[in-house]
Amino acid sequence: MSDKRVSIDEAVASLESGMTIGIGGWGSRRKPMSLVRAILRTDLTDLTVVTFGGPDVGLLAAAGRIRKLVYGFVSLDSIPLDPLFTQARERGELEIEEYDEGMYVTGLRAAGARLDFLPIRAGLGSDVVPANPHLRTVASPYSGEEYLAMPALNLDVALVHVNRADAQGNAQYLGPDPYFDDLLAMAAQRTIVSAEKVVPTSSLLDEGSFHTLLFSRMYASAVVEAPQGAHFTTCEPDYSRDEAFQRHYATSAKDPEAWAEFERTFLQTDEAGYHAAVARFHATQGAA
Amino acid sequence: MTTDATIAEICIAACADTYRESGEILAHAVGIIPTLGARLAKLTTAPDIVLTDGEAFLLSGPPTPGAPETEDSVVEGWAPFRRIFDILATGRRQSMMGASQIDRHGNQNISLIGDWDRPTRQLIGVRGAPGNTANHRVDYWVSRHSPRVFVERVDMVSGVGNDRAREAGLKHHRLGVIVTNLAVFGFDADGRAELRSIHPGVDPQTVIDSTGFPVDVDGVPATRVPDAEELRLIREALDPRGNRTREVAD
Repeated sequence: MSDKRVSIDEAVASLESGMTIGIGGWGSRRKPMSLVRAILRTDLTDLTVVTFGGPDVGLLAAAGRIRKLVYGFVSLDSIPLDPLFTQARERGELEIEEYDEGMYVTGLRAAGARLDFLPIRAGLGSDVVPANPHLRTVASPYSGEEYLAMPALNLDVALVHVNRADAQGNAQYLGPDPYFDDLLAMAAQRTIVSAEKVVPTSSLLDEGSFHTLLFSRMYASAVVEAPQGAHFTTCEPDYSRDEAFQRHYATSAKDPEAWAEFERTFLQTDEAGYHAAVARFHATQGAA
Repeated sequence: MTTDATIAEICIAACADTYRESGEILAHAVGIIPTLGARLAKLTTAPDIVLTDGEAFLLSGPPTPGAPETEDSVVEGWAPFRRIFDILATGRRQSMMGASQIDRHGNQNISLIGDWDRPTRQLIGVRGAPGNTANHRVDYWVSRHSPRVFVERVDMVSGVGNDRAREAGLKHHRLGVIVTNLAVFGFDADGRAELRSIHPGVDPQTVIDSTGFPVDVDGVPATRVPDAEELRLIREALDPRGNRTREVAD
């Protein structure tokens, strides 16, 4: 079996501008933030991003990397709105496909099953339909009842962050919720898995039952070991959200000068530089 | 009758009343007052409803931070986000959501203010509102009843109102009530919002002035006041730290 381990920059170097990229996690929870930060260090652009959005969307939108956003929502959880996303939206910079959350999940399921669409009730009667003029309904051949025909959300690449993975890409989550990372992996041509820790296959059940094995190496093309790779979002039980840092992110995002400073300090550096800067941030906070 | 109940406590009881005939369903509540309402219902008139911890677990009872003599609620089930969509499709769920805008037919908006292409204010997005309203009973909670919330026409229909549901043929659509800091609305046979009650001490003219569409206040009774046991549960068991005042000040 192939060893799929690569460095974070090697993993991201396989992406191309114009791709449709699914990003795992949910809101400000278990987001593949180190992969997102790595994208910010490249010149990738013109991306279609498909996600239950959090700061991943904010960061990519602010950097002008997103042409089109396909999403169920964008939120920082403990802070309801991501200022970078709302600013980009209010400036009219983003092409948008906004779906009901259940529609979004159904679109991923359709893609994973290689179907054009799946029927769903959600969305009917709402302004999601006029906002997405490509949407069609489908009549049941049995009762004639009309359903929304949610189109498949096909992905070129999925980016997910999990608690543990082996070198072949068998992926494990140890927290309370798998979110939709397995559905993204199945909807994508290939998936880059970042993990807190890459462990031997024989150790995958050391910390969780077999129920925690989220998806198989069949769906993984690259494995990146990225400790603290979801920071500042949650990665239970390895760590919870860095609320102080998220507040700093959201506050900085509201002021252009503060945001430029945030970028200089935390983003215009490599992954090690980021974590060192975060450590300095907390040291300063403690002293204040 | 006890009359020292605050508006927040009256609202919690009104939220709890939405579960009186719900049976064994998942209670989904957005906001402090709706969450306390569901928990109060669980301890009083609706013991069969299923509560969540707001993340991935179903709880056997409400957390009761102020009552150490009560057994803490324990996990009785697992409901990660993916399973929520399965549950709502079965219809065994009931939501009380917020509303940035709501019209007389119960169309609700939490998505954005202004135009879809370029909103003047991007809000949270439609989230699960279309699916909730298409699949099971939905009630609304408005902590600041004003003409900016109760509008003639919402900017983006997130939660489907009665008129839209009828046009779309949504047979599982059902709006319950709208509880606000001033009053409780229900819906008439034509699906239009009508006042069911006005909270004690609130001037009916204030309700008229605070609603962006015409309302009839004639003969509208006062909202019921929680009884002594309900007040004890709210104050001592469910919300001893007074989180409720963060949504509706005393």
